[in-house]
Amino acid sequence: MTSQQQQQRPPKRQVRPLALVNAHLIDPASKRDEQGGVLVEDGVIRDIGTQITKHQVPEGAEIVDCGGHVLAPGLVDMRVQLREPGDEHQETIETGSLAAAAGGVTSMVCLPNTNPVIDDVAGVEFIARRARETKRAKVYCYGALTKGLEGKDIVEMGLLHESGALGFTDALSAIADSQVMRRALSYARTFDLLVVQHPEEPRMAAGGAMNSGELSSRLGLAGIPACAEVMMIERDLHLVRMSGGRYHVAHVSTAAAVDKIREAKQEGLRITCDTAPPYFSLNEAEVGDYRTFAKLSPPLRGEADRRAIAAAVAEGVIDAIASDHAPLDVESKRVPFAQAVPGVIGLETLLPVSLELYHKGLMPLIDLMRCLTCRPADILGLPQGRLAKGAPADMVLFDPDRPHRLDAEKFRSKSKNSPYDTRPVQGKVLQTFVDGRLVFTADA
Amino acid sequence: MTAPQTPSSSGRPSAFFPHRHLLGIEALSADEIGRLLDLADQYANMAKDDERARRLLRNRTVMNLFFEDSTRTRTSFEVAALRLGADVINMSVGTSSIKKGETLLDTAMTLNAMKPDVLVVRHGDSGAVSLLSQKVDGAVINAGDGRHEHPTQALLDALTIRRRLGRLNGLLVAICGDVLHSRVARSNILLLSKMGARIRVIAPTTLLPGNVDRFGVEVFTDMRKGLKDVDIVMMLRLQIERMQGAYVPSIREYFHFFGLDYDKLAAAKPNALIMHPGPMNRGVEIDSEVADDINRSVIREQVEMGVAVRMACLDALTRPLTGEKGTAQ
Repeated sequence: MTSQQQQQRPPKRQVRPLALVNAHLIDPASKRDEQGGVLVEDGVIRDIGTQITKHQVPEGAEIVDCGGHVLAPGLVDMRVQLREPGDEHQETIETGSLAAAAGGVTSMVCLPNTNPVIDDVAGVEFIARRARETKRAKVYCYGALTKGLEGKDIVEMGLLHESGALGFTDALSAIADSQVMRRALSYARTFDLLVVQHPEEPRMAAGGAMNSGELSSRLGLAGIPACAEVMMIERDLHLVRMSGGRYHVAHVSTAAAVDKIREAKQEGLRITCDTAPPYFSLNEAEVGDYRTFAKLSPPLRGEADRRAIAAAVAEGVIDAIASDHAPLDVESKRVPFAQAVPGVIGLETLLPVSLELYHKGLMPLIDLMRCLTCRPADILGLPQGRLAKGAPADMVLFDPDRPHRLDAEKFRSKSKNSPYDTRPVQGKVLQTFVDGRLVFTADA
Repeated sequence: MTAPQTPSSSGRPSAFFPHRHLLGIEALSADEIGRLLDLADQYANMAKDDERARRLLRNRTVMNLFFEDSTRTRTSFEVAALRLGADVINMSVGTSSIKKGETLLDTAMTLNAMKPDVLVVRHGDSGAVSLLSQKVDGAVINAGDGRHEHPTQALLDALTIRRRLGRLNGLLVAICGDVLHSRVARSNILLLSKMGARIRVIAPTTLLPGNVDRFGVEVFTDMRKGLKDVDIVMMLRLQIERMQGAYVPSIREYFHFFGLDYDKLAAAKPNALIMHPGPMNRGVEIDSEVADDINRSVIREQVEMGVAVRMACLDALTRPLTGEKGTAQ
């Protein structure tokens, strides 16, 4: 176990056991989908099942009646930017953790593209210390794959991993140099570490502001072709085949990429991938009248790609859904479209927007929850993401059906750059627990 | 002793060592390796001013031709040749005509015209020594070609082990570090396999050659696992320019995971021997204390055996000239 995980244990013994009863338990890892309860002691799940009712709990236990709502493992978000250190005016580990708790996210992994870049042991230890002080969601980090995110020299992956880095990525930049990527995958293989790639052939994407197509031509914006994504993935697959490394493709956005990843998985390569809600819930038409809140990297794609991403999540080719939370201040977005910084916040919309896949009948709720809990946890090598005896009591209680309208002004995140403001959604987080501690309760 | 034959190329390979050149371990049989080691063993036991040895290569010319910098190997060959009474000429890259644009083969022809009996050649390109050997009349000894082979190093390592442990067959040997760029590793894998040892290679994946598992070795990326129960720990040198991000991120990380210290060595057999072909990078691939441990480290002995092995190789390759006699019979 990494030092970071150890450090995030609760500081002192919990006095009273906690019993969550009358819940709809959903645990994708064990395929549990039934009415019942969970008993928590010392921050750990002690028991779970139909036998736990308000009449059968240990004496002195604090009882929470879940009102028949869904109690699931807390969400594990494998891709967020928390802007600390360096850009604390956009987000901090503190505000990001508040947003996470409100979104039902109990564990998240931040990217190393901070200032300074997280490419040494001190950087990883800084994140661990700040996470410990914050005590809400569990915060982990990736280390940079190359020093200074420059795409040249590999970082001390072994030492960074020993200090708690869960994987390695150059965040928003792809490793352009094939030989560097080859050696990075190969070196990571030494310690069986995860390499996460931003899949975009950089020369193809250079200067582009949105998806390449009719709309970009009409708007007069430089386009990023959809094939830039699959080109980078195909190159990497050759390198993965050579090195035998563990390779994860971040925020997949195109049908062509999905097809390649499906083939590679069938071939037996050790490859996984995630996507973010915008890629299955929005398309390039959102850019409309140069809306910079719809500027993302990779860009929102055409409708056929959006449908393919939704279908790939349902099929299971896409392993995980991550928020891709990218808090940005007004100055980054209130500029001409081409100059705007890409990215949207997502921690507080991850669950309700993902639930659209369930409400539209594309996939059962338990399968959707797998993409948000145990699957990303397994990829990252984390023990959480499951309701099981002995697992950390990281849980989210939510009403999957409650209709409401998203309101960016009410988000806890320090930045408000959400493309979902005013969107009507179904599904609301009611309570969030981390190590058995209540870290969020929704307003009535 | 009969009068020297001329030209030297007229001699057919001897029955003792049926090869004109020593280009690598690959072409040698286990018997031939065993005979070379026996002969080297006798040289190792011989006084350094042995008179019979001093006469063996009298009036013979040994030319050291080093296209790559070397102090240790070149000196070792020079001492070996001098103890056998040969005339020794050293040519190094700084003074060679390669700097003036002459091709390798032109250099070979030029030197051949001076009729050396033995050419000891080191070159930075794999296969270059073999190419040169096709154009000269004397015997050629490969003193290291690129990442390919370094046969006399493997022989001296084997001799060192054999004198310490009495055998090679059945030993478990770990070769650790930059296997990818190491000719020493390749020659040692070949030699020790032929002699019945079991071999493990331990390195970060970036420093392992592709398909190294097909060399008949076990592959490890974790020192503690790879060193478990081994009889011999062979460390390889890591070039400074390879530890700054391309193959390995830093010296600190390399030493932490792959440097030989007492902690990692604890996994090996209690009396396991430590070897290093030199020159060592203390604090990079090997801890100073371990390198200097008089009970475990045989690094100085390796250098000593180097001279004996090179005397044996010079003797074996000149048997057609010396009339199958040799000295150490």
